[in-house]
Amino acid sequence: MEIPYTVKPRPDTGLYNAKVGIWLFLASEVMLFGALFSSYILLRVGALDGFWPDVATAWPHGLLNIPIGTFNTAVLIISSVTVVMAWAALKAGNFAKFQKFMMVTLVCALGFLCIKSYEYNEKFTHYVIRLKDGTAVTGHLDIDGHSPRFWTLDTVTAKKLASVKVHVDVPNQFRYPVGMKRPEVAHEGGAHAEHAAREIKTSDITFLQAFVPATGTFFAIYFTMTFLHGLHVLGGALVLGYFTFFGKKMWETDPERLTNRIEVGGLFWHFVDLVWIFLFPVMYLL
Amino acid sequence: MSLKAFHLVFVTASVLLMLGVAGWCVSQYRDGAGTIQLVWATLSVACAAALVVYGRIFLKKLKHISYL
Repeated sequence: MEIPYTVKPRPDTGLYNAKVGIWLFLASEVMLFGALFSSYILLRVGALDGFWPDVATAWPHGLLNIPIGTFNTAVLIISSVTVVMAWAALKAGNFAKFQKFMMVTLVCALGFLCIKSYEYNEKFTHYVIRLKDGTAVTGHLDIDGHSPRFWTLDTVTAKKLASVKVHVDVPNQFRYPVGMKRPEVAHEGGAHAEHAAREIKTSDITFLQAFVPATGTFFAIYFTMTFLHGLHVLGGALVLGYFTFFGKKMWETDPERLTNRIEVGGLFWHFVDLVWIFLFPVMYLL
Repeated sequence: MSLKAFHLVFVTASVLLMLGVAGWCVSQYRDGAGTIQLVWATLSVACAAALVVYGRIFLKKLKHISYL
């Protein structure tokens, strides 16, 4: 049985069925991400700056790598341009050109995911440590030259370490005593400036945790939204990759249908990129 | 809405983002950050201008394709 209206527009909607389908799907995606952005706003307005007094509900600034985030934004914008060019190449009847543009799109998608993975790893090895004197520091642990992931104070205690070496973020905008007004944030490099090594006794530590979702509301919503977005990038890349490498047969038998499929894939890709256009300033800058 | 129309929406959003980033860089500079922030702001405005130019070229090249 032939699937109806894959090429010709349906008389009542004026569109081919896949386009109606993708817009209905994107409407549900808008609700999904809309709910998450709403959650973000509610968490954000109810939070305090920095890590003090409560690490679980405070809202830290300057802990995400803005240059890397900006680069990833550029990568996604370029991928949106190339996906449209690929679609336009099919409209012009040039399959080889379509494949070239789509390959660039896939490289961008892969690049985005690799960079995001690097960023995640950077967070999993980045720690917040609170001390008995009421101060808090952020930095990377140095255990025999390695930077461990996902450690807590329990891990340090279980390993019977008398002290831990920490490459403290310099300038450390989050190190300030109890009850003291938050000091001016030093801008030169923020949390990613040069690191000064410091030995901290385990007995002086009251809290130690990497930047994972459990660390606080900021990282919970950051990882939830960016990971969900990353899954969408991966899904979109798989679909577009399938048409790039296995679309030749359909192109030879039913070129207009393949063109429509690429348009639908491109619409999804644009939606995913548009979500990032909102995510980037919200998470990295504001 | 066709991919052509959605692409124009996307380019518009990207232009607004670039202008927003430029504004953020200027605000950082005013708060005491280094002059590098002004360089970033200028680059962001240049990117926004480049995207506008791209949008116009895109519209010219795909004028025969429907917005629906």
